[in-house]
Amino acid sequence: MSVTKKHVAPRCRVVIFSILLALLAIIAPGEALQAQQNDAALQQALAGLNVRSFKDKTAAVVALGELGDARAVVALEALTEGRLYGRKSDQTVVIADRDDRIYKLTDPVSGAALGEAGSRDIKKIVANNKLRGIIRGVLGQLALSSSDPGLRLAAVENVIASPTDGSLALLKRARDRETDVGIRAKLETGIATLELGADDITLRRAAVSRLADGNDPEIKSLLERRLLKNSDGSFVEPDDALRAAVQDAVDDINDRLALFGLAEDLIFGISLGSVLLLAAIGLAITFGVMGVINMAHGEMIMLGAYTTFVVQEIFRATMPAEAFGFYLLASIPAAFVVAAAFGILIERGCIRFLYGRPLETLLATWGVSLILQQMVRSIFGANNREVANPDWISGAISIGGGVSVTVNRVYIVVFALVVVAALAAFIRYSRFGLQMRAVTQNRGMASSMGIRTGQVDALTFALGSGIAGVAGVALSQISNVSPNLGQNFIVDSFMVVVFGGVGSLWGTIVGAFGLGIVNKFLEPVSGAILGKVVVLVIIILFIQKRPRGLFALKGRAAEG
Amino acid sequence: MKSGFKTIAAAGVLAGSLAFSGMAQAADTIKVGILHSLSGTMAISETALKDVMLFMIDEQNKKGGLLGKQLEAVVVDPASDWPLFAEKARELIEQHKVDVVFGNWTSVSRKSVLPVFEELNGMLFYPVQYEGEESSRNIFYTGAAPNQQAIPAVEYLMSEEGGSVKRWVLAGTDYVYPRTTNKILESFLKAKGVPAEDIMINYTPFGHSDWQTIVSDIKSFASAGKKTAVVSTVNGDANVPFYKELGNQGIKAEDIPVVAFSVGEEELAGIDTGPLVGHLAAWNYFMSVDAPENEDLIKKWHAFIGDDKRVFNDPMEAHYIGFNMWAQAVEQAGTTNIDAVRQAMYGQEVPNLTGGIAVMNTNHHLSKPVLIGEIQDDGQFATVWETDGVVVGDAWSDFLPESAKLTADWTYPWVCGNCEKPKYVTN
Repeated sequence: MSVTKKHVAPRCRVVIFSILLALLAIIAPGEALQAQQNDAALQQALAGLNVRSFKDKTAAVVALGELGDARAVVALEALTEGRLYGRKSDQTVVIADRDDRIYKLTDPVSGAALGEAGSRDIKKIVANNKLRGIIRGVLGQLALSSSDPGLRLAAVENVIASPTDGSLALLKRARDRETDVGIRAKLETGIATLELGADDITLRRAAVSRLADGNDPEIKSLLERRLLKNSDGSFVEPDDALRAAVQDAVDDINDRLALFGLAEDLIFGISLGSVLLLAAIGLAITFGVMGVINMAHGEMIMLGAYTTFVVQEIFRATMPAEAFGFYLLASIPAAFVVAAAFGILIERGCIRFLYGRPLETLLATWGVSLILQQMVRSIFGANNREVANPDWISGAISIGGGVSVTVNRVYIVVFALVVVAALAAFIRYSRFGLQMRAVTQNRGMASSMGIRTGQVDALTFALGSGIAGVAGVALSQISNVSPNLGQNFIVDSFMVVVFGGVGSLWGTIVGAFGLGIVNKFLEPVSGAILGKVVVLVIIILFIQKRPRGLFALKGRAAEG
Repeated sequence: MKSGFKTIAAAGVLAGSLAFSGMAQAADTIKVGILHSLSGTMAISETALKDVMLFMIDEQNKKGGLLGKQLEAVVVDPASDWPLFAEKARELIEQHKVDVVFGNWTSVSRKSVLPVFEELNGMLFYPVQYEGEESSRNIFYTGAAPNQQAIPAVEYLMSEEGGSVKRWVLAGTDYVYPRTTNKILESFLKAKGVPAEDIMINYTPFGHSDWQTIVSDIKSFASAGKKTAVVSTVNGDANVPFYKELGNQGIKAEDIPVVAFSVGEEELAGIDTGPLVGHLAAWNYFMSVDAPENEDLIKKWHAFIGDDKRVFNDPMEAHYIGFNMWAQAVEQAGTTNIDAVRQAMYGQEVPNLTGGIAVMNTNHHLSKPVLIGEIQDDGQFATVWETDGVVVGDAWSDFLPESAKLTADWTYPWVCGNCEKPKYVTN
């Protein structure tokens, strides 16, 4: 037998080879034909997008998805990004990329460049939210088999977010071939959410036990809906035992979510506290250390924010695109210098004549703040200026339980602490810090020791203003850059400094975080407006009890 | 000597000479008062309206003015200070003797000038979408009433095309416009069978900047498994941090769309709109609308202002329509006399920039089309839905029981802004 086989083998090979050849001969023109048919189908489906009715567009999107063609994916992505246009001359669908006033056109079928067009020659194919949701599902289904785990995870999430009739089967197939543990878990959860309503009770039971240890509010509401009654009075979940299990699962999830809720309030409070700290820290110097009631403090923050805007524009104009994200770092020293320069100007030009006269200082600095606002409005216009969030500080980190912290807020907390630490070290260890402390503690003595108190005053004010400018860089990331930016922070800043104790850096830190956290725990209960009122009342009562704030300075400086 | 005379006249010491100087000035030019804040918080929105009025007056003068006279703009700055609006309105009418005033943005400023215009029988064109529930003989409302903006937007979101929204967050700034609009929307939603637990109402102070808690609340409200949308009457500056927080917390328009009534092209100019693509706004005009009149006007506007990046928005279109209607009414009446022009205003027609014809109704509100647009990454809107024809502005909402019975009609036999029965009975 084996002998015959040996003999047969080469012959067999020849046969197979000739069959392959024959196949190739059939396929080769067939392939070309196939490609042509593909092109035609793609062309036809694309043309279906260039219509007015969203219903027809939806049908075209589904048809494109069924082609499973890589070029269809490109076209659908272009559609969600608003880069898909219809050419008015011949109604063909093109991908157009804007380059200033000219659009560069590409053929989505062949990928060939089609030259340039003006804005009047082409008409955008508009997608609405519903269509984008459907595209997301379609693209997700296509990307489920991608080799990149990141893409696959996103695809799984997209399919779960916009499920269609075929999703369950797709997810099951994806689960069976999935190797990544994390994505597999995600798939299992997704399948469980779809199987909650299955006819087979064992499937439902498995789904409930699978979902019971999650802590996602969406899953909780899915489970809760199993507990409701249908319109005819029967339970959605007919099995009593399983219904009890669902109830237990919902209660468990609720307990965990309550914990996450507390954590969320705390995190938000710290984040708000860091913003308050940044806004107030400059004032802790000008008001806290020097005793100047500086109503123009908010405008120093505003100047810092506008400096950020200018630096951004310079980066946009002169630097390569990769370096653009770092404009924020370059803005920090620039904002410090600009705000500090204005600080010196204000101190030398106005405030130094008014030391010891708090009421006049208040009015004069109020006037200065109005002048600065109108100056900025005249130079930059009344509109908000756009300060972009660089990629490295965009997005959010999900902690679970529906709680997420945005990355820019994390950076702001860190930044605020770094600024305070740097400032404290500067005052404690530098020669200038020593002189500053000497002047505030006993002006006459410091002066007779040869310290030029006038110069120290000017530089102290510049330091406080400069720090406010640095705060403006951070606040430009979460607030809007408008001439009124400073006004939003001035009251809060005074509140923090007075509450924390005038002249105490440590008090400012504790005051800022304390107020932030109290505010955020109050807000869900009382609403944003009443929350602010309650905080104000708390501070007023507290100041009645301790007029010097949380951390009162003791000794001669406090008397001065 | 002449300037001294003017000062005396302006001070209003000599009533006779004041009337005389007024007549003398009226012979030279027709004066158009512009009452928009050029400083303070509202300057962000109102400065552009001042510019567009100067542009319209310039265009009209190029065409030879009105009644053979040139138009002259009188610009005052009420500095976002509501009581100052009333003072400046009085100054425009009594001292500068203007023939018409175009102005105001916030409802509170309009409420502040209303008694002045009624007392002195002036004429005000108010160009901003507002809460309705008002019709004054002396004010023409060229912005949208709630039934021309809020109600169609909610109906769109309820429709299948808009995503069949079942659960609603009504978020607003705490003042008269959001409170009234949300009251109307709430009773509208309830009339449509939305249960109370599916409506969440939230108010925030002016200039609110810390949106973490509210956005997180919206997220958990939306996790109930029903399609949720946010209807935002958040005003002005607070919008930027609100949208930034939405973007950062990863809320996409496909999941929770936000439809806003106070966010237009001008407001988006200060935001990186990348993360906002798909959020909606309802207006009567979008700059992106593909219509020949629109393109022509924008071209002229850019030439006038000398900056081709400047946007054109809905309240600016409202001024465009209001000004052209007033100019036509003056030509037809043959005088700038307020009472004659008012009568000529009714039924006045001006083509919209987006197509169709705007008509001034006898309740002092316009008939205009309603457009719903989604934010694009270039800061413009793409129209995703529009009404078939024009919608007649309704001064008194049909969805508030106490307002539903009121009628505004300033022609015989009604001659009334808030009556249940006509003043003059016809048999």
